[in-house]
Amino acid sequence: MDVHEYQAKQLLAEFGVPVPPGGVAYSPDQAVYVATELGGWHWAVKAQIHSGGRGKAGGVKLCRTYHDVAEAATALLGATLVTAQTGSAGKVVHRVYVEKAEPFERELYLGLVLDRKIERIRLIASAQGGMEIEEVARSNPQAIVEQQVDPAAGLQPFQARELAFGLGLNMKQVSQAVTTILGCYRAFRDLDATMVEINPLVVTRDDRVLALDAKMSFDDNALFRRSKVSEMRDAAEEDPREAEAQNHGLNYVGLSGDIGCIINGAGLAMATMDMIKHAGGEPANFLDVGGGASPERVAAAFRLVLSDQNVKAILVNIFAGINRCDWVANGVCQAAKNLSVPLVVRLAGTHVAEGNRIVRESGLPIITASTLAEAAEKAVAAARGEGPRLGSAHS
Amino acid sequence: MSILIDESTRVIVQGYTGDKATFHAKEMIDYGTKVVGGVTPGKGGRTHLDRPVFDTVKEAVKATGAEASLAFVPPPYAADALMEAADAGLRLVCIITDGIPAQDMMRVKRYLRRYPREKRTTVVGPNCAGIISAGKAMLGIMPGHIYRRGNVGIVSRSGTLGYEAAAQLTAMGLGVTTSVGIGGDPINGSSFLDHLMLFEQDRETAAVIMIGEIGGPQEAEAAAWVKAHMKKPVIGYVAGVTAPKGRRMGHAGAIISAEGDTAAEKTEIMRSFGLKVAPSAAELGTTVAQALSRAR
Repeated sequence: MDVHEYQAKQLLAEFGVPVPPGGVAYSPDQAVYVATELGGWHWAVKAQIHSGGRGKAGGVKLCRTYHDVAEAATALLGATLVTAQTGSAGKVVHRVYVEKAEPFERELYLGLVLDRKIERIRLIASAQGGMEIEEVARSNPQAIVEQQVDPAAGLQPFQARELAFGLGLNMKQVSQAVTTILGCYRAFRDLDATMVEINPLVVTRDDRVLALDAKMSFDDNALFRRSKVSEMRDAAEEDPREAEAQNHGLNYVGLSGDIGCIINGAGLAMATMDMIKHAGGEPANFLDVGGGASPERVAAAFRLVLSDQNVKAILVNIFAGINRCDWVANGVCQAAKNLSVPLVVRLAGTHVAEGNRIVRESGLPIITASTLAEAAEKAVAAARGEGPRLGSAHS
Repeated sequence: MSILIDESTRVIVQGYTGDKATFHAKEMIDYGTKVVGGVTPGKGGRTHLDRPVFDTVKEAVKATGAEASLAFVPPPYAADALMEAADAGLRLVCIITDGIPAQDMMRVKRYLRRYPREKRTTVVGPNCAGIISAGKAMLGIMPGHIYRRGNVGIVSRSGTLGYEAAAQLTAMGLGVTTSVGIGGDPINGSSFLDHLMLFEQDRETAAVIMIGEIGGPQEAEAAAWVKAHMKKPVIGYVAGVTAPKGRRMGHAGAIISAEGDTAAEKTEIMRSFGLKVAPSAAELGTTVAQALSRAR
C-alpha cells in the first residue's frame, strides 16, 4: 500500500525525521489559509497523487504570494497529472500539500528498501539528490553509499554516520543526518514499510537537514497490525475494479486485452495469460479466484471481468487442489446463464470428470477444453468471433 | 529415493486442531504420510485424528520423535511458530500460510542462522502448496492423486503451476520424485537453489523442472548454480510475460520492481546458463521428455 507525500512526512516526523512545516488542502481557500498559518514568504504547492515524478510533470508550484498559492491550487486541484510513473491516463489531483519553502545548499538522496536478495533492509544514500537513484547507479555509481541492517541488532549509529560522512557532510550536518537516517529506519521497521525514499534530502544554509520529499510503501500483509497506516488508504488512488475484487477476496489486475481470465492460483493465472498471448491473443486481466472458489466468488469474478467493456471472451482455467471441479463447475454454470460473450472452460484436478459432466449437462453453450494450450487457442478463436457464441442477450 | 520427505518421515502438524489443518492432515494420513501428532497451544493432552496433541513443539518432538512439521498457523503467529519449530530441532518445516509480513520472514531467516548449518531447519514456503514425494508422503495441500511416481523433480513458486507440470508429466507417462512449492512471497524459507542442490544429490531424480515467475533474484541465482555445478538437465519456465511493471500479480513476491525481474529477462538468464526453457506452460511435459531422451 502506498500513501501520499504529506502522510509519509507525518509518519516520518513522528520518528524524529525533520520535515518542513506544511498542511494539506482540498480547495484553493484552504490552501491560502494553510499558507497564512505557516507564515513566511515562499511556499510550495504540491499535487498529492500516488506517483513519483510530480515535479517534472508540473505538479509542484513554487509561490511567492497568497494569490500565487490560490492560483496554483486552482490549477492543480481536479487536474489530471501525467508523470513518468502514472501511465498515459494520468491521475486526478484531489488534494494539494502546501509547504513552507526555504532555500537549500545541497540535495541528497536517502532510500531504504527490503532487499529480496540479501533478505535484509538496505540503505542507499547518494550525494546526487533530485535524480532517480537508478540513473545515478548507472551514470555515477561512486556517488552511492550503502549499508545493510542485521535484523537481530538493527541499524547502528555508526552505520548512519558512515553514510553521512560518505555524502561529504560536515560534523554539524552529520549529526542531523544521523537523526534522519535512524528515524527513517525506525519508521521502516516499526510501521512494516517495504520502501522509504527521501529525494531530495536537503541541507539548508544553516546546516539543517530536511526531508523535502518523502515516499513510503507498506507491506499489505502487515496492515493488520498497522491501523494508523491502513487508515491512510486513499480509495481514489485505486482502480475501482481492483478495490471491488479485494472486497470479495479476489486478486484482479486490469490489462488492455480482450480475453477475460478467471483462474485459480497466481502462477497458473500468469501462465494462462502468457498462453493467450502465445496463441495470438491479449488477456484483459489477471484474476486469481484463490483456493476455495465458492459459487459466490465465481459469480463475483464474472461480474468483475464483465465490467471491462473490452472483454470479448472469457477463459476459466481451474486446476482444483483444495477445491473441487464439481463445485467450481456449479458456480460457473450459474454465473454463465445470461452471459453475452463466449465462455471457454478448462477444468483439471480433483473431481474433474464430475465437473466436466456438470458443464456438459448444463445445456449452456460453454466451450470446453482439456489442456492449457487447447483452452488458450479456443479462447483466442472465440474472441475473434470464430466458433459458437453464447446466448443472444448481447446488446 | 526422493528429497526432503518419504514414507518414514515422522510428521507433526502445527495448528493441528484448526478446520483447514484437520482437513489436510486427514488427506496427508490417507496418502500414507506418517503423521505422529500435532501442536495447538492450550490443547495439549487431547487426542485429535487418533493422534496426540501437544502444547509445544518441544514436547511433541520429545514424545513422538517428529522430524518435520506442516505449519497451518495464521499470519500474525506464523513467524513465532517457525522459530518454535527451529528451536525444537525439527529438520524441516513447511508453512502453507499466505499473508505473513515480509519483515517477520526476514527475522525468521535471521533466527535460523543461530544454528550451525548441519543443524539448521529447512523452511519451505510460506504461501506455498507444500511438498510431495510421489507415492510416499505429502506435506502440503496438493491433490495427491495427480502425482505419479517417476524420475522428475519439480520446484515451483506457484502451487497450481506445479500441479499443471505434474499433470503434464502424468499424461506423457512420466512421473515425479518430489515436488516442492517454495511459495510466492518475497522472502521465503528456501529457494530454488536449495532444492536443486538436493535434487542433484538424489539418485532417483533424472531431471528437474524449475517453475519461476516475475520478481526477485532467485531464478537467476539458481540458473548460475546449475551451469556451474549441476549435471542433471534442468528445464526452466518463468510465468508473467504479460505482467505489467510495478503491479503485484496475486503473489506478494510477483512484482516487477527491479532490473532482472521480468519474465523475459529471467528466461534469457536461464537460457544463457544453459537451461532448456519450455516455450510455454503447456509444453513443460514435452520439454522434459525431450531433455530426458537426450540425456539417455
